[in-house]
Amino acid sequence: MSKEWPLWEIFIRGQHGLSHRHVGSLHAPDAEMAIKNARDVYTRRNEGVSIWVVEANNIAASSPSEKGPLYEPSESKIYRHPTFFDIPDEIGHM
Amino acid sequence: MYAQMVKSEATQDDPEKLAAFQEKIDANIKVEPRDWMPEGYRKTLIRQIGQHAHSEIVGQLPEGNWITRAPTLERKMILLAKVQDEAGHGLYLYAAAETLGVSRDELTEMLLDGRMKYSSIFNYPTLNWADIGAVGWLVDGAAIMNQVPLQRTSYGPYSRAMIRICKEESFHQRQGYDIMMKMAQGTEAQKKMAQDALNRLWYPSLMMFGPSDAASVHSEQSMGWKIKINSNDELRQKFVDQTVPQAKYLGLTIPDDNLTWNEDKGGWDYSDPDWTEFFDVLKGNGPCNTDRMEARNKAWDDGAWVRDGLLAHAEKKRAAKTAAE
Ligand SMILES: [Fe+2]
Ligand SMILES: [Fe+2]
Ligand SMILES: [Fe+2]
Repeated sequence: MSKEWPLWEIFIRGQHGLSHRHVGSLHAPDAEMAIKNARDVYTRRNEGVSIWVVEANNIAASSPSEKGPLYEPSESKIYRHPTFFDIPDEIGHM
Repeated sequence: MYAQMVKSEATQDDPEKLAAFQEKIDANIKVEPRDWMPEGYRKTLIRQIGQHAHSEIVGQLPEGNWITRAPTLERKMILLAKVQDEAGHGLYLYAAAETLGVSRDELTEMLLDGRMKYSSIFNYPTLNWADIGAVGWLVDGAAIMNQVPLQRTSYGPYSRAMIRICKEESFHQRQGYDIMMKMAQGTEAQKKMAQDALNRLWYPSLMMFGPSDAASVHSEQSMGWKIKINSNDELRQKFVDQTVPQAKYLGLTIPDDNLTWNEDKGGWDYSDPDWTEFFDVLKGNGPCNTDRMEARNKAWDDGAWVRDGLLAHAEKKRAAKTAAE
């Protein structure tokens, strides 16, 4: 069996003004071919205006088992949300 | 269906972890690749998604057979686009399976040496142009019936692949039905071809949903894990109920003398396909099993130099770039 082409993660900007979004993955020998293949596979129906490809083994990810401790700080700081504060109606929109 | 008779793998995991996992499934929280999952869940999914992917790829053969002989340039372009979609479906599903720790090439090798299966339907031939209509109408129709509920499956990457696929499928079924309408409203000879295609593909399409519930031994665990959402008979019934009026509109007759409306269940009573034939086709004895496997093996072998060549070129370019830095 010959060597397998590397795996690429594909990100597509759906419309002008939006961020790129992960849409899936594919195998390709290099970045140029990955973009060409992504065009063929992920934008057959006008789904995109821009493509990013990233070799999958270059992506670092948070670990699911750390979910608790990793996001705990954001859960305990409810004053980060504007609804935490009572603002009198009289002053109008704020 | 595209994945028929997928055996659920037994699981020997820590009961506490298993219970927590089941709770998550029951709460409709998706399982993602790096989350803990039972070994049996992982293995069953690899087999099911792999079989589904293989079906998309092998399924290109009976239709690809007619691309060069489509009756008009427009029909040819439409069929080409449809078959290209199926290649994409295969890719989405292989990519989903890969997140479970199997490689794309491993999956391909397992198809090519017969360790993995694809749907029985693709072992039937497409003898004339009407068959292309019937395949889109019935085979993609049956596939949609199965794939729509699977959008809600518990495994995140599989669910997302299904959502993409379902978006593309309705074009497939419509293009098939459109061909059938043309044929059924055409000359006497065309109408006969349409009826003949329906006659030959009706029961093989019913087989796509897999054996009857009474004989389907692997469902319970898969349903618990939400990697199978409906029973085989449930989906088959829905398919029959949906298809009967469509056939009627075409002025074609479904080849089943027992087809009768059952008021109580609000659905049609129908005859089961010949299950002996089904098991025989799965064993490799259908009309096209040998052809299909030969075609896939040939494509893989003939393509080896392209895969190797492009990789060698990419490595050379990378080396030159590193040297220049
Ligand atoms: Fe498909
Ligand atoms: Fe299909
Ligand atoms: Fe399809």
